[in-house]
Amino acid sequence: MDVRHLIAAELPRLRRYARALMAGDIHGADDLVQQALERALERPHLFQPGTSLRAWLFTILHNVNANNRRKLAARPREVWDEDVPETAFAVAPDAPGKLELRDMARALDQLPLEQRETVLLVSLEGLSYKEISEVLNVPIGTVMSRLARGRDRLRDLMQSTPVTPTLRRVK
Amino acid sequence: MNTKTDPDLDAMIHAFVDGELDAQAEQAARAQMETDPAAAQRAHDYRRQGDALHDLYDDVLSEPLAAEMRAALNAPVGRSSRSFWNAPVWRMAAAIALFVAGGFGGWWSHAVTGPDTSMALAQSSPYVSRAIGAHVVYAAEVRHPVEVAASEEQHLIKWLSARLGRDVHAPKLAEAGFELVGGRLLPDDAKPAAQFMYENRTGQRVTLYVSLNGAPADTSFRIVEQDGTSAIYWLEDGLGYALAGDLPREDMLKIARLVYDALIA
Repeated sequence: MDVRHLIAAELPRLRRYARALMAGDIHGADDLVQQALERALERPHLFQPGTSLRAWLFTILHNVNANNRRKLAARPREVWDEDVPETAFAVAPDAPGKLELRDMARALDQLPLEQRETVLLVSLEGLSYKEISEVLNVPIGTVMSRLARGRDRLRDLMQSTPVTPTLRRVK
Repeated sequence: MNTKTDPDLDAMIHAFVDGELDAQAEQAARAQMETDPAAAQRAHDYRRQGDALHDLYDDVLSEPLAAEMRAALNAPVGRSSRSFWNAPVWRMAAAIALFVAGGFGGWWSHAVTGPDTSMALAQSSPYVSRAIGAHVVYAAEVRHPVEVAASEEQHLIKWLSARLGRDVHAPKLAEAGFELVGGRLLPDDAKPAAQFMYENRTGQRVTLYVSLNGAPADTSFRIVEQDGTSAIYWLEDGLGYALAGDLPREDMLKIARLVYDALIA
């Protein structure tokens, strides 16, 4: 069994998560995934068989991101016009059903990083609370409180819609 | 519209939405939703958030892999600086303990002090700030985190010892889950300093900085924090040590103690 094939199979999910985490910044998100991928490929033996490969990869991605942010924070930051993220949320305002999506993308971007990570790992990636506590290296209680705060913040930021029978997404 | 609810109900609604409840608890949650419209509304809103996220980002799943990712996946394994991870010899190499020749007094019985303020730190032990700076810069390095990899540990140790003019070795931190990645030589206020880097299986890194700029007096452990990175540092026999990382304090202390134990081994 070649672990590379297994890692390759997880890449689309890592990219989706990174894209959402970085507010649609395609280049920044793919750079992050690339760094995490290279680190995973350099150290495949550090993966413990019998544990979740997906959770391991998300953990590496999280740690790489944390390192990058620290590195940026420690240096003077230059901001160029080209650095403005490519947030491709250009939907027609009157397109039915689209308004909420745009609101969601904006609302997500307003969450503190820790809440954004947690909400995305739960609601987009479907990781268990336990897996997330390992990925983020925090207790499960912290995962739950970040999730609760993040989701409630999103509720406040987004338009409320009344309960109606809707199709349930099957993950 | 952010209604306050009791924490148990709050946790239950989230766990219900996320499928974290066992059968019995889930049944109780369903019953609650039947009679509690506010709770049902919240569960509904949380689910819609998930749906909206999928609608926004699921297209990424069907994008072809970036060329760079394909290249990384197809690259041959085991190029020089990486090959040691696959060789069993690193275990032996990592078993060599860091040892600095000289006497080690009974300072270990001293209490751990700190945290220091950055101001006090800058005055008492300026090398610590440089140790944190070096950690921040090199721990984030993916391709070149070290100058000499642990696969060439003998060379690394000989080289650093020669440049510092003191006998240095790399402590074994496997007990804390950390493996030696390698080391580098750094400038430390016109004197050479050594940095050893370690990594655990999830890619978290800590660095051990050994400076010639320690004051003559030995000290107990002190802790300082700067920009989210913490360092435990101490002076011993004219050398300044700083263990830098961003782990919880207990973990940092555990590793610092392993380092110290290795020093007196």
